[in-house]
Amino acid sequence: MLARAQTWWMILRISLEERLVYRGDFWLGTLMRFLPIVTQVFLWSAVFAGMNAAGGTSGQIGGFSYSDMVAYYMLSMVGRAFSSMPGLASGIALQIRNGEIKKFLVQPIDLLGFLFLTRMAHKLVYYGVALVPFAIAFYLFRGYFNGWPPAEVLVGFSLSLIMAFLLGFFMEALMGLVGFWTLEVSSLLWVFMLFNFFLSGQMFPLSILPPPWDTIALAIPFQYLAYFPAAVFLQKIEGAAMWQGLAIELAWVVFFIIACRVMFNRGVRRYSAFGG
Amino acid sequence: MSPRPNYFRVFAIFVRNSLIRDLMFPANFIIESISSIGWMAMNLALYILIYQHTDTLGWAADGNAWSKYQFFVFLATWLLIYNIVQMFFVVNAEEFSELIRTGNLDFALLKPIDTQFLISFQKVDWSAASNLALGLFLLGYALPRLDGFTASPLAIALYPVYVVMGVMIMYSIVISLAATSVWLGRNQSLYDFWFYITNFARYPMEIYQGPVGNYLRWTLTFILPVLVVVNVPARLLAKPFQPDHAYLAVFAIVATLMSVLGSRWLFQRALISYRSASS
Repeated sequence: MLARAQTWWMILRISLEERLVYRGDFWLGTLMRFLPIVTQVFLWSAVFAGMNAAGGTSGQIGGFSYSDMVAYYMLSMVGRAFSSMPGLASGIALQIRNGEIKKFLVQPIDLLGFLFLTRMAHKLVYYGVALVPFAIAFYLFRGYFNGWPPAEVLVGFSLSLIMAFLLGFFMEALMGLVGFWTLEVSSLLWVFMLFNFFLSGQMFPLSILPPPWDTIALAIPFQYLAYFPAAVFLQKIEGAAMWQGLAIELAWVVFFIIACRVMFNRGVRRYSAFGG
Repeated sequence: MSPRPNYFRVFAIFVRNSLIRDLMFPANFIIESISSIGWMAMNLALYILIYQHTDTLGWAADGNAWSKYQFFVFLATWLLIYNIVQMFFVVNAEEFSELIRTGNLDFALLKPIDTQFLISFQKVDWSAASNLALGLFLLGYALPRLDGFTASPLAIALYPVYVVMGVMIMYSIVISLAATSVWLGRNQSLYDFWFYITNFARYPMEIYQGPVGNYLRWTLTFILPVLVVVNVPARLLAKPFQPDHAYLAVFAIVATLMSVLGSRWLFQRALISYRSASS
């Protein structure tokens, strides 16, 4: 048990150091990532202006006011910082295809566990370094927020972010494991990415969708990758509904962990070790 | 001294070769085409969604608001310009950065043809053609639905001219970005920069309001003229000949000239500073 913990600690440390090597223009790069939000700010201000000019009554779209909308985009960036896993699925599929996965089959290291720790290290470094640009961006956009939400909301928000990381990882890993069955997964991944982008709520808050699409979008797990954490922070989902949402999210996490295990074990059984 | 090459024939050969190369893997080509249409369809869905909640985009008071079909004309124009640039130039600009980094630019310099021409037109990304078709389709869909649209021959004649000018401005930006690889060594964030710049050009310039917005609009019109690119041709069809915007149509000509000359100058400077690289 201790030996195992030591191995995992070592993997985590190596990955941390590996990641810190490439921090170069990282700050500027992260700060630049907020630029699309600038256009979103102006786009939505024009949308709301158009709506109000026509004698709009509520000043809200899908329960979101203009400042909610801007705050939403900022918060969905935070959600994505936790849930996005660039290159995970395609990396797994590539390792299956070129036979590199063999090293996990002969060594006493678990593939999913190894990838999980590497990813965690990556994310930890990312938060450490990205904290500065994120703080700057949130400071600049502070006018769109109504101060800090109550403690209960913050607890729910933190939980939803941690689970967004877990869900993002295991959903993406599951897509990569399909590579055991079909060698070329790039088109599958592409469809997954497209739905992920649209249905996680990165493009807009899912509650502005007309029925029945809103019900559908909120029934599938993509919403927990960006929409749910942001909606929790903005108190669009609060109290019992928040805890219920968190419970459902947890159920999805457990589901995807089990699904990954089953897929991996079955996949290994039919794996025929291509390549050298 | 070799005779002057026939640029048009060389270009035709580039176009043909690229098509052959793209069609060598037909399944891949089809998937790429469908996937780029898929992204655009998602974007379109957002705007359809927005217009379910509002009739106009922007401040209606000064006649600057964009109705649904006016905005679709704008979007179609953006699709046309963006995808022409994507199809002909982005792939080449990326390749140019690579050539500088690896030192393979030597081979391009040795060829008896204008280097900027060779670098800029070598490849054609045919998968972008699908989005070009989508743009044309959207234009054909939105135009007849415009309120009180009468096809003035002058506007229709000028539209393609201004689309080409928009393409030239965008080309100047992307080739200038690529040329900076000479000084920066490796330009990995080239594509990021490109994405962020084009992101601003995607919306009508009227949406940039307020103190920050005014400053942004001014900068992106007169310093880095990305707002001119789509706004001028789209206006020609969607809101033809409003006198207060006539100056923009004139300015677009100046902006195009300046951009092309500026990027040509930068390109030449880059070639002078190029010091090759060992293999």
